[in-house]
Amino acid sequence: MPSDKAKRDRLLAAIAELDVDRVRLMEVCGTHTMAIAASGIRSMLPENVSLLSGPGCPVCVTPPQVIDAVLELSMEKDVILASYGDMLRVPGSRPGDSLLRRRALGAQVETVYSSVDAVELALQHPEKQLVFLGVGFETTAPGTAAAVLTAQEKGAKNFTLWSMLKTVEPALRALIALDGFQIDGFLCPGHVATIIGERGFAYLPAEFHLPGVVAGFEPEDILLAVYLLLRQIKEGKPRIENAYPRAVSHDGNVLAQRMIARCFEARGDVWRGLGAIPASGLGLREELSGFDAEKRFQVRYAEAEPPTACRCGEVITGRRRPEACPLFGRACTPEDPVGPCMVSSEGACAAAYKYQGVL
Amino acid sequence: MDEIITLDYGSGGKKTARLIEELLVPAFRNSVLEALGDGALLDGAERLAFSTDSFVVDPIFFPGGDIGKLSVCGTVNDLAVCGAEPKYLSLSFILEEGLPLADLRRIVESIRAQAEKAGVSIVTGDTKVVEKGRGDKLYINTAGIGFVRFPGLSPRNIRPGDAVLVSGTVGDHGTAVMLARSGMMQGELRSDCAALNGLCRRILETGAAVRVLRDPTRGGVATTLNEFVEGTALGVVIREEAVPVRPQVRAACDMLGLEPLYCANEGKLLAVVAAEDAGRVLEAMRETGEGRDAAVIGEVSEAYPGRLVMETAFGGRRILQKLTGAQLPRIC
Repeated sequence: MPSDKAKRDRLLAAIAELDVDRVRLMEVCGTHTMAIAASGIRSMLPENVSLLSGPGCPVCVTPPQVIDAVLELSMEKDVILASYGDMLRVPGSRPGDSLLRRRALGAQVETVYSSVDAVELALQHPEKQLVFLGVGFETTAPGTAAAVLTAQEKGAKNFTLWSMLKTVEPALRALIALDGFQIDGFLCPGHVATIIGERGFAYLPAEFHLPGVVAGFEPEDILLAVYLLLRQIKEGKPRIENAYPRAVSHDGNVLAQRMIARCFEARGDVWRGLGAIPASGLGLREELSGFDAEKRFQVRYAEAEPPTACRCGEVITGRRRPEACPLFGRACTPEDPVGPCMVSSEGACAAAYKYQGVL
Repeated sequence: MDEIITLDYGSGGKKTARLIEELLVPAFRNSVLEALGDGALLDGAERLAFSTDSFVVDPIFFPGGDIGKLSVCGTVNDLAVCGAEPKYLSLSFILEEGLPLADLRRIVESIRAQAEKAGVSIVTGDTKVVEKGRGDKLYINTAGIGFVRFPGLSPRNIRPGDAVLVSGTVGDHGTAVMLARSGMMQGELRSDCAALNGLCRRILETGAAVRVLRDPTRGGVATTLNEFVEGTALGVVIREEAVPVRPQVRAACDMLGLEPLYCANEGKLLAVVAAEDAGRVLEAMRETGEGRDAAVIGEVSEAYPGRLVMETAFGGRRILQKLTGAQLPRIC
């Protein structure tokens, strides 16, 4: 891990000097979650500064009823599912049921590292139906679009995309609208911002008077973003600052945005732990419906999210401690997780369970 | 729901431990087995160590080794870290119909060469063939017997203040195999697959107060260090900057979303030794080929009972758990 100790010490001193009141900052990006855990940043911040993990792991927020439908399709003899690795452990509505388990029961599930690899798999297995599980936020949407267009160009008729793509803005808006929302600022996801740009977060200060700082992924980047957020809070002048200018521009990647718009359109979607959020998902456009797995296999989802006592929404927003969820440590553990905060290995519940108050 | 065996049960992490502790040990309960060392220590005319291991690696040939070399080193190392001098090995093959004989020849030659190098004899064996599709090219089981030369090594000997050493760079085998399997770039990444009996002997001959030796295979360094202290009043604190990791391994892990400290090693060992002996053990390790990159990575502490804590390169602290299931590449 490259680390610049002098810079770190300057930032830590500057943060201490700001001497803010109790502050809750939220990061909404799985890579930030992992980087914060891996670098031990929480143990270095003043006690009154809390870092909370929001719904930033796209795999973790895929809801149980979608996983259930995927699991059902996975057992079809002529279907190969291609998926990113971390999707394999995400549970459906039955505890312990996951693609990992279905693979052990004979389902053909291939782990891919890029969406275009899935098209290659389709071309290698013309006798099979290759279904790519397209998971991610704005970051992975352009690549997923590229896979669909590649399949079209190469005539891979046995390739379909099951789009589970989601967008960040509607989820943040839904979070902010929750009763008892008490987050003082957002660490904006650097990868998503490379696509949608700084301006993609302008609504935070403009509509909600909330500060936001676009942050990179080195521990120094995250500390810098924390410092800038605290400074904004102290000054009482919320705005969007870009602490990751080496990758993020004001307007973002316009080509990638066009690519997304060419292939996808917004639709309502369901988030694990948060429920239904209007216009928060990306579905394939009508003209590409031939590559739409949900259409080809006439996928049906269970009507509503199965009733569960999971309190992830409250945990994510800092209104409830993980230990105060009725499922915590009983029905919901890192090995058999229910909510996204337990599914993500460094999610709030998983961390609370594993570390049990140490550090 | 009916429980079934998933890959998690073979990861060397918590589910593997559950299988051993809830199914296997109760079924065959005896004092030798219950010690759950890397090898069993047997009474007889001479104190013996006995160990067995099965090898199912995919692909069967990988940069830095192959399943044959691995099958010798794995069992030799399990005996060596018990303080034994490995002597005799059994060798059993389960071959899948259709395996090219040329591949088998290549693997047998690799076994021969490695056994010779490690000073062990293959003295018994077996071969079975299963129908096409009922196996994956070939599986190997080896069992080995060694004579105990340095008795008494055990995690129970660990004391506060003891030094924790690793014999070289971590995560080489796991990442090399993972990359070979993914068909992605490999560059200079090679498995560290190697027999460690020479290194163990060299360490133990120093006469230093060595508490325990273990080879951190599946589950990696983080899982093995957890096993040393779990359920005890002692913890281990390691320094991230002190842990040797090849830059290529670091880069591959970053790309795949893995952590070197959880990746398998097949030619490394962890040693816990009395603090005052750390210097000469380190020196002894570095005099051998297998231990040239050895380092002191941390110490035993009373501050975090039952825990492994890492002081990060960035200056924070984090807890490292045992591996919970197979490491899966992450996208987010």
